[in-house]
Amino acid sequence: MASETKHAGNFVEKPRTIVALREEIAAGRAKAADLAASYYQRIEQINPQLNVYLSLSKERALEQAQRVDAMAAKGDPLPALAGIPVGIKDVLVMKGAPATAGSKILQGYHPPYDATTVARLEAAGAVLLGKINCDEFAMGSSNENSAYGPVRNPVDPERVPGGSSGGSAAAVAANMAVATLGSDTGGSIRQPASFCGVVGVLPTYGRVSRYGLIAFGSSLDRVGPFAANVRDAATLLHVIAGHDAKDATSSPAPVEDYAAESDKPAAGLRLGVPAEYFAEGLDPEVRAAIEKGIDALKAAGCEVKPISLPHTKYAVPTYYLIATAEASANLARFDGVRYGYRSPQSATLAEMYRHSRDEGFGAEVKRRILLGTYALSAGYYDAYYRKAQQVRRILAEEFLRAFAEVDAILTPTSPVPAFKLGEKTDDPLAMYLADIYTVTASLAGICGVTVPCGATAAGLPVGMQVLARPLGESTAFRVARAVEAAGIR
Amino acid sequence: MTAKVTVQDVERVAELAHLELTPEETGRMLKDLNAILDYVAELNQVDCAGVEPLTQVGELSNVTGEPRPDHPEPSLDRAVVMAEAPESSGAFFKVPKVIER
Repeated sequence: MASETKHAGNFVEKPRTIVALREEIAAGRAKAADLAASYYQRIEQINPQLNVYLSLSKERALEQAQRVDAMAAKGDPLPALAGIPVGIKDVLVMKGAPATAGSKILQGYHPPYDATTVARLEAAGAVLLGKINCDEFAMGSSNENSAYGPVRNPVDPERVPGGSSGGSAAAVAANMAVATLGSDTGGSIRQPASFCGVVGVLPTYGRVSRYGLIAFGSSLDRVGPFAANVRDAATLLHVIAGHDAKDATSSPAPVEDYAAESDKPAAGLRLGVPAEYFAEGLDPEVRAAIEKGIDALKAAGCEVKPISLPHTKYAVPTYYLIATAEASANLARFDGVRYGYRSPQSATLAEMYRHSRDEGFGAEVKRRILLGTYALSAGYYDAYYRKAQQVRRILAEEFLRAFAEVDAILTPTSPVPAFKLGEKTDDPLAMYLADIYTVTASLAGICGVTVPCGATAAGLPVGMQVLARPLGESTAFRVARAVEAAGIR
Repeated sequence: MTAKVTVQDVERVAELAHLELTPEETGRMLKDLNAILDYVAELNQVDCAGVEPLTQVGELSNVTGEPRPDHPEPSLDRAVVMAEAPESSGAFFKVPKVIER
């Protein structure tokens, strides 16, 4: 386990590649069971400082590792992720394992089924280590909204790992898993991946099944992978992508071999740089790092040209109206009746609903339920929710027009590097603006990859967001590979 | 889209959403909702005349192209599901009384 140190006392350690680990297991030079044990050891050592894992699924992981080891011993062909330790964001359900969604309202809940993505990872040989901390119901940009305490950034524990999948990003950055799954509704995979210096993937809407994902904003929610390098992220996406009869919005389009596609050179690809993502509010150090990445892509033979996405500035208000409206409907199911927390002192059914929800939900979740309920309520529906859906169409069409001219679009993933814990907790609006470069792709349904692209002088990672047209994941991976290969410091 | 939210609005919306807010929470939410709604009022600048609302990005109308075949399939075991309920009779979810008399 090699380590990179820039910050004194940091927890950054790069996991080994999936290809290398799998080959050692196949050749009998390493055992999946030992690998899992070494990961649990590292988790035990540093989880108290970073607060990444909420629960461990040791028994299930060990059984799976032994199955892989038995296959390897017999010389059977091993599946793509044989023996690879993977962590799961705690908004995806694993049969029998606690599922909290970072909320008190799901305390004590043990779902009786596996999410499709969880089942597919395991069928591909992955060893599932446990459930990973996140913002409550995936609502947040810093992981400070978890009812189980914030996750800390392995690069600098005084800083946030980003959110809402902060734990999934931190786990890979600190080598507490080789790869992880997260969910992204408005940037919740991409922004934490950029804050922690790892790769994160936003698959096209419908590319990966949402079955078993605890819903936030159903027209926006995606499940996607985190890994330490682009090829490993592509390998995971290949495993989890594809049609699922249990998700009515799942796409029947064939799945490409993303890892193999990512090996193709990026030379000749046409890349667009939208001026609106480099305007006021962009940290100068982030800008400088992204410009180096763009230069590296030019050097790799890509054709880079300026483009314009003029409605970009309307994306955050559009997103917060649509996401909160959908959340207010999705979170109506948490009522203390069928699972999770029920307030013990209630004389009537209505009181029981109110008390359970009041005691079970945190402040940000309540704020978004209230905003969403308001936006959907009689007299305001047309002015807020319908208006936002109209602007959403304008934003989506603007992207599709741009993709007629370019194969991918390059932007910073976040306007700023990882900020300090507590820095934005008193101002929800300031926190929402942290998502300014990520909510656009969420609304448009397109795909993207965030890839490490240098760092600030203080050593904080910067991520470049590579966006591609619907089902254009292979293109995004190719571009991200070229950025990665440039080794920008 | 520039409506100022009042304490009564917050209380009404909280009731619709089955949330109970303390007076402090109501004050905080009033401030936050007004700040957020002031901000989203920017959308008034966008001319949306004749634009169809986008409700679903996947543009799939029916994945199978025809109604799904009606095959009965086993669902989750009732005992396993009911075991997750805070209170149940085994067959039904139990809740506090609904009708006052």
